[in-house]
Amino acid sequence: MSLPLLRAENVSLRFGGLQALDRVSFDLHEGEVHSLVGHNGAGKTTFIRVLAGVYTPQEGRILLRTGDGLEEVRFASPRDAQRFGIETIHQNLALADNLDAVANVFLGRERVRHLSLDEESMETEARRVLERVGAKLPSLRVPVHRLSGGQRQAVAIARALLFRAKVLIMDEPTAALGPGETARVKGLIRALREEGLGIVLISHDLHDVFDLSDRITVMKGGKVVGTVRACESNQEEVLGMILAGEAKR
Amino acid sequence: MNAMYPSDKAGKSPRVDMGTYSQNAFLLVVLGLLWLIFHLMTLGQPGQFLSPQNLWNLSVQTAVVAILVGGMVLVIVARQIDLSVGSLLGFTGMAMALLQAVPPIGQGWPWPLALLVGLLLGAGAGLLQGYLIAYLGAPSFIVTMAGLLVFRNAAYLIAEGRTVGPLQDGFLILGGGLQGSIGPFWSAVVTLLALAYTLWALWRGRWLRQRHGLSVRPFWVDLLITLFLGLVFGSFLWVMNSFPHPVTGLGRGIPVPVLIALGVLVLLHWVSQRTRFGRYVYAIGGNPEAALLAGIPVRRVQVLVFGLMGSLAALAGAVQAARLAFVPTGMGTLLELYVIAAAVVGGTSLAGGSGTILGAALGALIMSSLQNGLVLMGVPTEWQNLILGVVLVVAAVWNARFHRRRI
Repeated sequence: MSLPLLRAENVSLRFGGLQALDRVSFDLHEGEVHSLVGHNGAGKTTFIRVLAGVYTPQEGRILLRTGDGLEEVRFASPRDAQRFGIETIHQNLALADNLDAVANVFLGRERVRHLSLDEESMETEARRVLERVGAKLPSLRVPVHRLSGGQRQAVAIARALLFRAKVLIMDEPTAALGPGETARVKGLIRALREEGLGIVLISHDLHDVFDLSDRITVMKGGKVVGTVRACESNQEEVLGMILAGEAKR
Repeated sequence: MNAMYPSDKAGKSPRVDMGTYSQNAFLLVVLGLLWLIFHLMTLGQPGQFLSPQNLWNLSVQTAVVAILVGGMVLVIVARQIDLSVGSLLGFTGMAMALLQAVPPIGQGWPWPLALLVGLLLGAGAGLLQGYLIAYLGAPSFIVTMAGLLVFRNAAYLIAEGRTVGPLQDGFLILGGGLQGSIGPFWSAVVTLLALAYTLWALWRGRWLRQRHGLSVRPFWVDLLITLFLGLVFGSFLWVMNSFPHPVTGLGRGIPVPVLIALGVLVLLHWVSQRTRFGRYVYAIGGNPEAALLAGIPVRRVQVLVFGLMGSLAALAGAVQAARLAFVPTGMGTLLELYVIAAAVVGGTSLAGGSGTILGAALGALIMSSLQNGLVLMGVPTEWQNLILGVVLVVAAVWNARFHRRRI
């Protein structure tokens, strides 16, 4: 089997007295959708925020494939993770609602020319990426709080696809969407997997999870309960793991 | 394609956001009406509102608040508040006065050195407050309220309760007194250069967007803006050069404090609209968590915002000290309230995330016009302040009612 794109080994994270993550191990291959499921508070979002460079774990390590080997990396900020090709669509989209679509797509990675923001080239590029995700926005220059849920989702996705990502993390990408928009996001996930991206997906909808995933990892109380292949498992088994907190096999 | 992300308002597809434009246009209309009303009310008396002399005075009276208000906009946009600016202005102004006044009260240093030390003091005080707020997590309301007490009384202590002066002649230029204007020739040069640059930026921006195939405003709108700018700059120059100097009989030209205020406002406008720092301030105000997740150095930006505010307080302190020539211990008392009021009248939301430098500048001009006009009409101070209070409430309600964020 080929080397994974990304591997986390025994990652632990404490917030004060709270053990948020307890020796979590996880890996992700090229062209794979690997889902994280579990109750609220199971540690899914905390874990992907470690992968995204938001939190730095106290123990364990994160390895990325570089060339033909795995190399340990440390992220001091989300920009470090982005530099290694890890892009994240956070829960609730994490958009600055008072800024327009262009500013949100480039937030934290603005292009600067002669001391000034290069608005023209950013707008051109943002429009290109938004077209790629099939978004039709009334204007790129209105604050995004004036956009619909689906349009905001498109802005968040465009933000993640701006640069050539190798790993895409999606935390509840369809939570705020209607059925039609959900179907389109699922189509996009499949298309990106075909392109060879590794995708980490967090979702509460087990039907969607089985529909999309190659592998499913169940978490509970900050620990990994177990990982199953979607084609060898079923919803009852995974639901049992979520509830009981232990793997049957 | 259309089916996936349908426009939520079918049929209506605004190409340009008119939000802040219409807000500032509205403020311009309010200002125009106010000036017209005051002019009509003062027609029968020797000093009319719309006379070069009064408008020149109005510009000097607005300068101190105008220097401060841009910084306050950035502070409020970043979801913070700074109550210490009046006291910090008093403290830094007093420090600059003490350093340059002759012994035994002062140190007798050359005034540029005193000015530099004052500016550094202001920046340092601002950065310190910012550090306490951003890194140690103390609320800005409390930290800067403590700053209000500390700096006001520090000013009293270093001056031992005395009024300090006289200040050196070179320093007094900052205050816009008899020597404090740049004269008709340089006023014309500065104004025309500024106009040329503004128009160049406007039309070059249009050309750049067209070259990138992006949407542009209709041609006639840009033409109208050009004419309007020409009118504003032209009238400004005419007013500044029409108020004669008592000794030379020539026009006085732009007062130095007004030049400083305009420079600060232009700089801050650019910073807020066209730099990463400005973009981050707005992002933090709009959604602090999103800013953090995007890798924006939120705390560092917050500290810098307060450092900027502190520097501006010191700059305004220098101007105010130079205007007075003798610095009293109470200089700048309650000024923070006028600055916050000007920002709010100018459309800045205390919820954070929205507000423009241009709007706040207009807000400052509206507030000082009110005060100036009421004085001309002979309205007693108590009524002036009461009316200012009512205007502030109206502005706050207006903001809340018509610019409510839809989330």
